[in-house]
Formats: sequence, C-alpha cells, structure tokens
Amino acid sequence: MRLRLFVITLILVFLSGGVIVAQDDDVTLILVTHDSFSVSEDVLANFEAATGITVEILRAGDGGQVVNQAILTAGNPLGDVLFGVDNTFLSRALNADIFIPYESPLLENVDEQFILDEAHRVTPIDYGDVCLNYDIAYFEENALPVPESLMDLTLPEYRGLLVVENPAISSPGLAFLIATIAEFGTPEDDDENDYTYLDFWTDLIANDALVTDSWSTAYFGNFTQGSEDGVYPLVVSYASSPPFTYNEETDIVTTASIVASGMCFRQVEFAGILDGTENEDAARLFIDFMLSVEFQEDVPFQMFVFPVNSEAQLPALFAEYAQIPFEPAEVDYAAIEANRDNWIAAWTETVLGR
Amino acid sequence: MTMWRWMWYGFLLVPLLFLALFFLYPLLAIFDLSLRPDNSWNLSGFTQIVTSAYYRDTLIFTIWQAVLSTVLTIGLALPGAYVFTRFDFPAKSFLLSIATLPFVLPTVVVATAFSALIGARGIVNQVLMSLFSLETAPIQLERTLSIILIVHVFYNYSIALRMITSYWANQSTRIEDAARVLGANGWRIWWHVRLPMLRPAILASAILVFIFTFTSFGVVLILGGIQFATLEVQIYYQALNVFNLPLAAALSLLQIAVMFAMMLIYTRLQRRISSVDLQSTRQIARKPKTPFERLFLIVNLGTMIVFLFTPLLALIYRSLVREGAFTLEYYTALTSNTRNSVLFAPAIEAIGNSLQFAIITTIAALLLGVLTAYLIAGKGINRTVSRWLDPLFMLPLATSAVTLGFGFIIALDTPPLDLRSSVWLIPIAHTLVAIPFVVRSILPALRSIPLHVKESAAILGAPPHRIWWSIDLPLLSRGLIVGATFAFTVSMGEFGASLFVARPNTPTMPIVIFRLLGQPGATNYGQALAMSSLLMLVSAASFIAIERIRSAGIGEF
Repeated sequence: MRLRLFVITLILVFLSGGVIVAQDDDVTLILVTHDSFSVSEDVLANFEAATGITVEILRAGDGGQVVNQAILTAGNPLGDVLFGVDNTFLSRALNADIFIPYESPLLENVDEQFILDEAHRVTPIDYGDVCLNYDIAYFEENALPVPESLMDLTLPEYRGLLVVENPAISSPGLAFLIATIAEFGTPEDDDENDYTYLDFWTDLIANDALVTDSWSTAYFGNFTQGSEDGVYPLVVSYASSPPFTYNEETDIVTTASIVASGMCFRQVEFAGILDGTENEDAARLFIDFMLSVEFQEDVPFQMFVFPVNSEAQLPALFAEYAQIPFEPAEVDYAAIEANRDNWIAAWTETVLGR
Repeated sequence: MTMWRWMWYGFLLVPLLFLALFFLYPLLAIFDLSLRPDNSWNLSGFTQIVTSAYYRDTLIFTIWQAVLSTVLTIGLALPGAYVFTRFDFPAKSFLLSIATLPFVLPTVVVATAFSALIGARGIVNQVLMSLFSLETAPIQLERTLSIILIVHVFYNYSIALRMITSYWANQSTRIEDAARVLGANGWRIWWHVRLPMLRPAILASAILVFIFTFTSFGVVLILGGIQFATLEVQIYYQALNVFNLPLAAALSLLQIAVMFAMMLIYTRLQRRISSVDLQSTRQIARKPKTPFERLFLIVNLGTMIVFLFTPLLALIYRSLVREGAFTLEYYTALTSNTRNSVLFAPAIEAIGNSLQFAIITTIAALLLGVLTAYLIAGKGINRTVSRWLDPLFMLPLATSAVTLGFGFIIALDTPPLDLRSSVWLIPIAHTLVAIPFVVRSILPALRSIPLHVKESAAILGAPPHRIWWSIDLPLLSRGLIVGATFAFTVSMGEFGASLFVARPNTPTMPIVIFRLLGQPGATNYGQALAMSSLLMLVSAASFIAIERIRSAGIGEF
C-alpha cells in the first residue's frame, strides 16, 4: 500500500514537473549552501532534464554562516532553497522564521529520529557522526586497547594522544563538546553528579590533549595518519572519514572510528524553502529531489555523510569501513542554541585558565 | 586649462565614490543593523568590552604582537633594502619579484610548510637530533609567540623590502658622501642620514605591516594555538558562531579606532621633507667592491633566501613526493574529476579564474590607487581633509572580513545594485583591500617630487599631461610596480571579504585549496599542496611579467 502511494506521488511529482516545463521554460532555482556541498554532474543533470529547472548553486563558508546570511537577508533571500543548516544551528534558523513549511511525501522513508521540526519548515537530508578516529597501526604496535568511553581518555595510557578542535570556531569541535556535555552534564544541572563536563575537560587537558583551531589543522597537521608531521594517533573527526584512508594497493584502511555509546555526536543537515522565494513549486521539487534515492545514494561520496532515506544503499567502501554509532550522544537542539555561548565561554575559561 | 582642472577634480572623486558605495555604505549598514536594531540603540557590545578583562587582554595582546612583528619585519628588511638599492648582482630583479611569493599562500599551507621545516618532526630538528644525538627536538616553537612572529615576518618581509627599495632607488647618495667626507661612518650614517631620509618609506611600510598583523587571523589561530587570540578572531567567533552582532560590531569599531590612532601617529611622524635630492638609479647601484661589502651582500641574500624560500621549497617537495618516491599523481589528480562532482573545477579553470580576478583587481586598484594618492597628496585640497582621507582609504585593510561580508549582503541587495551573488563582488572586495597597497607604495615618491621641477616644466610650456608623463610617471614607476605586484598578490591570495560572500561557481586557486583541505585522505592533502605550488608558480610568472611591463613601457629615472 505504502509503496503504491509512494509511486503515485512520484508520478505526480514528475507530472507537476512537466507542468512547470510547459508553463515556463526557464525557471532558475538558486540553492544557497555551504562550501562542503557537492552533487554528481549526472544526478543534477537528470533533475534538470526531468523538470526543466536550471539549478544555480551559491556557496559561502560553513553551515553557521549560511544560516546567518539567510537571517540577515530574511524576506529578500539570496536564493530559493537553503541546504546545510544542521541541528546545532537549527533553532537559530527556526526562531528567525526564514522558511516556508513543506512536507515532502518522501519523508515516509525517513526515520523519525531525523525529523526534528514537526511543522516541516526544514527537511532532513543527511547525517554524519562526529567521532574519534584512531590510527590502527599505532594502537596495534603499542598493544594499546582503544578507549571505550570518554572517561577513558583521561587515563594515563592515553596521555598526549588526542587532538581535538576548538568548539568556538570549529563545527566538529562543537559537536565533540556537546557529546561531553551529554555525558557529564553541566554545573547548572540539578542532579547529584558533581563531575561536570568542565571537570572532564580539565582532566583531558591535564592529560595533554591538544586543541587546534580547525578540523584541517587537527587532521592534516597533527593526526599521525593525516600527515608526516603528526604525532597524535587519536583525532576528533567523522565516522565517515576512515573509508578515505583506504589504500588500494594494500587493500586496508589505516584508521577507524570509535563508535562506543555516548562517544559520538550526530549532526543532521536540513534543507528548507526560503521565505520570499518566487519559485516555491520548483523549490518543493528540489526538496523532493534531495530526498530521492538517486540524490541520497550520491551523498556519501560527494559530502562524506550518510543518507537519511532508508531506501538508499550505501557505497561498498562506506558499508565496509564507515561505522555508524548506535547510541550517539543526545542533546536537544533548542538547548544547543540557547546555551552555546555559555558552554563555550565556560569551556574557554576552563581550558585556558582564564 | 580650466577644463583640464575640472576634469581632474572629477577624476579625483571616482575613488571616493567607489569607497563610499562599496565600502562605507555596506559597513554603515551592518553597524546600523547591529547597534540599532528596531531603531533603538543596543550598546551592550561596548559594555561587554569595557567591563571584561578578557577583551582588554585580547586588545593588549593584539597590539603587542603587531608592534613586535612590525619592528622585526622592518629591522630585517632594512639591510635587505640597502643591498638591493646599492649593489648590482645577478638575478637582482628576479629575486626582488619572487620575494613577494609568501604573500599569496593561504595560512594553512604556510603552517604546513613551517611544521615540515621546524616542527617537532621537521627536517631541521631531525638533522640536529642526529648530529648531536639528542633525545628530544631542540627547536620547540609550536604554539608559541615566537612562531607567530616568525611567520608574520615571513609574510610581511616583502612589503617592507619592496616599498623601501623602490623609494630608496632614486634617493641621491650625495648627502651620504658628504657626511662620509666629514668623517661620519657606520652607524652614524645610518642614524643621521639614511634613516631620516628613508623615513617616509619606512613609515609607509610599517603602517601596512602593523595593520596587517594587527588583524591577523589564520597565523594566530593555526600556529599560535588556542591560548592566543586577536580581536579579529573574537569578531569571527562572535559574528559567525554566536551571532552576537552588537558585540561583533563593537569589536570591529574598536579595531577601526586603533587603526585610526595609528594612522594619526603615522601622519604626525610623516612630516613633509623639504628638500629631496633625486638621482638616477644607475649612478647609485654598483658592484660590491671590498671583501666586507661582498660578505654583507652574501650574508643578507643568504638569510633572505633561506628564510623566504626554504618553506616554499618544502611545500613543492611534498607535492612531488609520496612515501619517499617522486610522483606527479597529485598534479594529475587536480585535472580529473574522480568523484564526478558538478562543482569540480579542473586546475586550469581555477588558474584562469584566479588570473582574471587578479588582473581586474590590479587594473582597478592601480587606477583608483593613483587617483587616491593624488587626492591625498594634492595641492588645492585642504590639509585637514586630506589628513582624514588617508586613514579612510586604509580602512578596508583594518576592517574584519566577516563584518564587511555581512555588510555586502544587507546593503547591496536591491536592483540595480543587487550584487550579493554577483561575480563582480569578488574583484570589488579584492580592490578595496588592494588600494591601500598602491597608495602606500606611491605616496612617498609622489610627495618627494620637487615642485620646482614641475613648475619649470610648466613655465617652459609643457601641458599638464606632458608634465605627468615625463616627470611624475618615471618617478612613480617603481612604486607603481610594487603597488601592482601587491594588488595582484592580494587578489591571488584571496584576501578580504570575498571569502565571506556567497559566490557562484567560480572557484579560484585558494578556494580549491581550502576545499581540498576540508576532506580526509592523503590524495586530497597532496592535491592541496600541488595546487599551492601551482599558485606560487603562476604568481611568480605574473610578478616577472609585471616587472617586464615596466622595463618595456615606462621610462626609468
């Protein structure tokens, strides 16, 4: 039954696409997105051919910047569809009221956990987990077990092994900070637990963890499997990173993710139709396109993230080497926006001793 | 005659209009939105700054590191400039041209080069450790103020070297000779003759280096590590991550205020020099004669080459070697769209885009910069007005790129000026940053043109354009080349707000580098280094071409 409904909607979608072609030959849809966005040529070409819509892509900075720009240009948007707001910035975008609701029929195949906005002002497109990556060879050579919890990272055997990113300016850095907050809580919590995330960070820094400005510096500048200069075999990165260390000649990957319970934070990326668009119909088609199996299966190798559509198959390399954590840290997205500045300020004070 | 004059005044207004439209208007718009949302003032940002010890410390550190960087840069560049002015040696103009190379490289890449050289596992440490059989690396500069200063000097050395050299090249040695005859030597000549004579050029380059390092972002973040933060870093954080616009605006204004204060000191120190004695370069530069002169020349050039070029060579080396074996795979990978991405740009396209933007920027910055310099130095213009105009045109250099980027999208949003997603916004943003370089490069020379020479020419019946062509232009030519080189470099290196505006798919070389460095995998890293090497190669070729244009087209004095 469900399948038939799905097929019918798909046909309707394509028909409405045809109508648009008939009405107006040159609809140009502008997608506003971040610098990490990418899509295969043929996948986008298929959409353009099927709908007659020309897609232009405007990119600037990261997800946070895209949201800020959309808020500053509210009512007179830079484009029609925004892609790239994640759950750490979602609340800011929703509060600013920059999206027109649209409930895509394809949401049927998307797990409930990804649908964070009941009003469907944003549609989930992909997700990725920020997890620790480790240098497999280093841990094997030193006969060192892989840490199994965040708390393990403060043990003496892991002294000077971990490089993390500054949560104030790095998105995976913030994700990791949130994971530690979910695990240890904050001083403001009412519970009896008196070991907070700030205590954990004090211990982590005392255990010689290195904090860098960005993912690039951490991964390519300090991680042992990222560059020749690196001396840290543990790095805060993505669960999707290990497939990219696959070596065809040796047929092995040199890194793996640690996906133990509570050690990862899940970033979900959303798309939304920008209020003020003159191409709402085309924008809806584009949202449907982004949820379609074709686009969703394209996502892993273009953007290093996972599809939210359960019908989409993962590429072989991903299926084999990218682990998906079953119990990522859970933090309410509204709490993130409300507390981000305080969390980071307290973190900065703790880590820098200011 | 009067028509000429009115046309001239009209021309002089062009840079002002450009600045007003593309800089002041967006800047005021974003300040207005940040500090006066809903038509009532929100000055919470200022209160936060004033009451917080953290921001006071940040301000002090920002100024302190900028002062140190400036002093070091000028101190090292002065002997270099002497060598380039007074001596003839092989490959002189080539060396001078490519000394500007560090300036085009993104900080992430330069950081890589420095850790390959002097990092804990770097070449220098490995050699020292094996030579003296040491257990730990003797050079431990990572995340210290020293490494920030070293890299600041690495970036800015060429600004000082080139600006001072271009000014010095036409300064006569007669006073110096006289002083020597009267028994002065060594430091006395430096202190009493050369330094006062070079003051305009030293100050002009010092103010640029100061502002550049004052707004330093990447170097401090990447190499300094988390314990160091400049105002620029705070603005970035407040504007992008916290979205606290009142605080970001207040910090931006603080930055601008410091720059204005520095410019005020600068104009104070930069008193007009009453009589300047000019001489042809051919009479000033000669081959080194005494063994001491030869040693001085070799030590100077040696230091410069080692300091500037070994980090660059380390980059090129790494782009060509994988696991100890020579390979071109990173370069070939740059041309193949392995992931079949719609946004992929083959290397040649990125090079093309970069060159196009850089050429447009250079031409625009030269035209506007020359007019600006005449506007500032001009007779007929009130001294007080010109004193305010000068810092005004320096402002884009001292304005946080994030702030200006936001300004662009909220101000330039209605037709016919809806430039928010236009490709033109990129060369416009580059030109804004490039104009101060052109102005500073030619202003000292422009001010030193003796009035009586031009008056004599006028009395002898030369029309204004003839005077400009035969007197001004040859004397300004060196400064123009330096200005053009830096304008070109600013654009190639992608400085300024253009990184913070939404751009259509016109990737430049630095953008490709950033994108590659944002993805895991050894091939991406290698490709980023290969693209950086190409960026250096293309820039070096362009610098040499710019130099050629001068020797072919414009006369020399």
